[in-house]
Amino acid sequence: MEKFSIAGTPKTPTINFDMEGGFLEIKGRSIPENSIEFYKPLVDNLEKYAGAPKPATNVNIQLEYFNTSSSKCILDVFKKLETIHKGGSQVTINWHYEEDDEDMLEAGEDYQAIINVPFKMVQVDE
Amino acid sequence: MTDIFDFYHNMERNNILLSFKGDITSELLTSILQIIESKMDTMHEEPRLKKKVYNVLVECLQNLYHHMDETSGEGAATGRSAIFMIGKTNGAYHIITGNYLFNENVAGLKNRLDDVNSLSKEELKDYYKQILNNGEMSLKGGGGLGMIDIARKTGQKLEYDFLKVDDKFSFFTLNIKVSTNQQ
Repeated sequence: MEKFSIAGTPKTPTINFDMEGGFLEIKGRSIPENSIEFYKPLVDNLEKYAGAPKPATNVNIQLEYFNTSSSKCILDVFKKLETIHKGGSQVTINWHYEEDDEDMLEAGEDYQAIINVPFKMVQVDE
Repeated sequence: MTDIFDFYHNMERNNILLSFKGDITSELLTSILQIIESKMDTMHEEPRLKKKVYNVLVECLQNLYHHMDETSGEGAATGRSAIFMIGKTNGAYHIITGNYLFNENVAGLKNRLDDVNSLSKEELKDYYKQILNNGEMSLKGGGGLGMIDIARKTGQKLEYDFLKVDDKFSFFTLNIKVSTNQQ
């Protein structure tokens, strides 16, 4: 299997998906006007990975900002991870938030309440 | 020329940091966000306030971008034109938007705003999760999540008004306050 990467822009995050290593990272800003279009390639690759996942899948989410248009797409990504988790790969979602950023912590807790995958809330210094 | 001077004083008096009237494009939103972000840096705002204002600003601007009704120059309304202002007074950032919409869309939007305004903090959190998980995602945006998110992040009621322009269009204004006193 290969790697899938997207370079970040002022409105879209950096994505690194190492399917060989079982590692997915989304970091930066996710505020595009059209989020569905942006996230579709990642969702497609997760679908592909779900066919033959690694025994463990580590996911790092480190977003500075995300808009409500992205929030639904991020949920779609998490739902794919939930399927992968059920399929036998030990998935962990590490949700990063900056110290003081209660809105971002709360957003992580919202997802944690919906998605049946272990979440780790990771506080980072500003 | 006196008009321009009056206009300047009006902006000064109302502590306007930036105002814009015209066509709302993706590139324009990128520029506005960059300008406001660097202004807040210059003003040495607290990181948490900066983030809150930025987040709310994104939702307000993308609401305009996705939901303003195309008026194609009929009657008083022209094209995809809208107005946006951001100002700062002693206690709060004020984000004000205004756009045309078809009269038949007024009742639906008003109901949605009143629904959001009737909910407590905890109810808003549950409502957000419910729409996020079950709601229909439109191609345009978050399927109604924007207003809930703004209400959650500001902790205030959404202040709005509809002004009937003619038998086709109304003008919708939204006045959002982000308190500078974040607990």
